[in-house]
Amino acid sequence: MKANLQNHIVVPTPGRRKFYGHGIPGVKAEELVGKLIAVEGADGSGRSTQIARLVEWLETCGHATVQVGLKRSTLVSEELERAQEGNILSRTTLSLFYTTDFADQLENIILPALKAGAIVLADRYIYTLMARDMVRGMDEAWLKNIYGIALVPDAVFYLEVDAEELVQRNLAKNATLDYWESGMDLGLSRDVFDSFVQYQTAMQTAFRRLQKTYGFTIINGNRSVDGITSELRKKIGAVLAGK
Amino acid sequence: MKTFAQLKFPGRLIAVEGLDGSGKSTQIYLLRRWLEAEGVRVYFSEWNSSELVKSATSKGKKRELLTPTTFSLIHATDFADRYERHLLPLLRAGYVVLCDRYIYTAFARDVVRGCPPAWVRGMYNFAALPDLTFFFKADLEVSLNRILDGRPKLKFFEAGMDLRLSSDPYESFRIFQGRILEQYLAMSTEFNFVVMDANERIEAQQSIVRQMVSRRIDLDRFKRQSPLPLPPPVRPRGKLVELEDEPAE
Repeated sequence: MKANLQNHIVVPTPGRRKFYGHGIPGVKAEELVGKLIAVEGADGSGRSTQIARLVEWLETCGHATVQVGLKRSTLVSEELERAQEGNILSRTTLSLFYTTDFADQLENIILPALKAGAIVLADRYIYTLMARDMVRGMDEAWLKNIYGIALVPDAVFYLEVDAEELVQRNLAKNATLDYWESGMDLGLSRDVFDSFVQYQTAMQTAFRRLQKTYGFTIINGNRSVDGITSELRKKIGAVLAGK
Repeated sequence: MKTFAQLKFPGRLIAVEGLDGSGKSTQIYLLRRWLEAEGVRVYFSEWNSSELVKSATSKGKKRELLTPTTFSLIHATDFADRYERHLLPLLRAGYVVLCDRYIYTAFARDVVRGCPPAWVRGMYNFAALPDLTFFFKADLEVSLNRILDGRPKLKFFEAGMDLRLSSDPYESFRIFQGRILEQYLAMSTEFNFVVMDANERIEAQQSIVRQMVSRRIDLDRFKRQSPLPLPPPVRPRGKLVELEDEPAE
């Protein structure tokens, strides 16, 4: 029985690794034997729920997992949080602050974990950051250059949920709509409900546009939690098997 | 990339660049005093001084958390904050803005640290170029001695210790500054630096600086209608020679 169980543990097949641009000075991509999986989606898209389920499943299957996400770096997470509360940062500053947060986690968590052979689950990656900036009118070529430091993930899933459904889920959970997730800084509407719907619709358009360049998988997030989990498992299973 | 004048901003930006110990901060301070006395609307901004970003930068430096990439990004964040919140509106309002270090500091330093030049330059391409840039060129030994004669305790990043050039901070600082100087010299023609002989006496340099400024900028256009009373002299850090990364506290 014991031997039998062990046979079920799949050792992930190393794939071709590369950075979007020049990457990080001194890092050899071929040494990064683990797998990087990114899950993108708005608040209320079921991202965190799905990641928690994936972690449980992957660990049961014998894989070591490491999680990263936005605003979690040792270097700038507190400062970024404080700056956002005051809403005093201009768009380029906020954008670069988030890039710094991303780079710190990339170099100190993602790359070492991949080198050690872990499966890294990113609760949002560079695409959310790029989409937010695109909606705010930032230059795409500028963004592409900055995020040339990023490693190309083995899989990226974008959980797409209709804006109206997102409203319902966020209100059911928090009884309020978050200032930033409503894009209130853009001044689309003084009404937070209208602003949320307009902003999330614009974010979806930006994601669709990015999808054409970066080729990630769009998952219909309007379905049941279980349905989405099983689709993700199937797709990630294929990635681990090197398919 | 264009200058503020080329972009039809009413204001003008003057930057000083050079190694630590080249005397550039003294010169821009004296320029500022003169412009204030002349009744010119003037604003001074220093590299690495955004209140918002400061706590992250000093934490990163103290705990040696910074890599070449995050070092570069956090300084760009600091610059962007000052640029968007102070520099742009002031230049729109017709101020003469004086910058102690501008994007060329990043171009030189981040590249020495190993970041690709195209990446660094691309990151800063939201910023317009200065209308006038003074580069204070002193002999490497002169700048080094100005700093090292005081035998300061060199901090990790300012000595370039993260580059593992030498285990001796003073030796590391010498090599690091030498490489930065090479980068500055390579940019000098491309960006039209006014190259100043920083080995000259302070007064001689200042007289050239003031001449250049009045020749290149029509200062009368920037004067207040009713001059403000001259503010008291505030030297930011009360010293003639200082290291760029010294914390302000």
